[in-house]
Amino acid sequence: MTPWFFALAAVLAAFGLYVGFFVAPTDATQGESYRIIFIHVPAAWMSMFLYLVMACWAAVGLIMNTRMSSMMASAIAPTGALMTVLALITGSLWGKPTWGTYWVWDARLTSELVLLFLYLGFLALQAAIDDPRRADKAGAVLALVGVINIPIIYFSVQWWNTLHQGSSVSLTRSPSMAATMLLGMLLMALAFWMYSIGAALHRVRSIVLERERRAEWTKELLAQGRLK
Amino acid sequence: MDEGTSGARKAQVNWGSWANFWAMGGYGFYVWGSYATVVAVIAIELWLLRARRSTAVAEVKATNLKQEPMQTAGVR
Repeated sequence: MTPWFFALAAVLAAFGLYVGFFVAPTDATQGESYRIIFIHVPAAWMSMFLYLVMACWAAVGLIMNTRMSSMMASAIAPTGALMTVLALITGSLWGKPTWGTYWVWDARLTSELVLLFLYLGFLALQAAIDDPRRADKAGAVLALVGVINIPIIYFSVQWWNTLHQGSSVSLTRSPSMAATMLLGMLLMALAFWMYSIGAALHRVRSIVLERERRAEWTKELLAQGRLK
Repeated sequence: MDEGTSGARKAQVNWGSWANFWAMGGYGFYVWGSYATVVAVIAIELWLLRARRSTAVAEVKATNLKQEPMQTAGVR
């Protein structure tokens, strides 16, 4: 199933980039530099969204004691960390021409950096504990405590006077940007979404094999020659 | 280039030439730097995913092929 998600991501990205570069107009104040938006915003959205999904799976694993949920949480974490890195790097490459600096200790940027440390903390904590079930539980507690950071990132541009611009897209009012810009951004967001699902599912399959290598069904798959 | 003269900006982007496209109105380094970073990072993740999968499969094989003779003798 995972190749389908990657293929869907590639098709959506092709459409999104076409709209973003050949249909969407130049921004009146930021010139062409704004075209970073088509990857920056989707990466930033995914970095937060994946954290919430990871925390949900971790919570289910903690409460219901289901192994698969915890494995999903572990599978999402690296992709989430990667999206956070992309949001930070593309953001700084956008910040330099528009603000004159690659980095500033502004509420939005700082809370996004904290998000990266939460992902890395989750991964490091899990890697440090040998017993997978104990690693799952410890990671889940960390992930759940860290959820508090997500609304802080999201609302940081409203709560504090940040250098980061306010959101152009919100659930409560119509977007303050050209329709074609929005379309390009949404297509890219969908592409990032499909990519993340594909990556998480691919990784969880590896994690299952790592943990269940002595299980009866694993041996059967191996005997049938279906493990490649 | 029509930088600065706001009236010259068209609603529809018309790059005119590939040189203009790559220049990105003077922001080429930042725009293409961002996109190159995304491509590189995703390529690295895809490579890591494949590597992890093949390591996991190799571990399954190492674990089970070692035990196979003992188990078939014992269980079945």
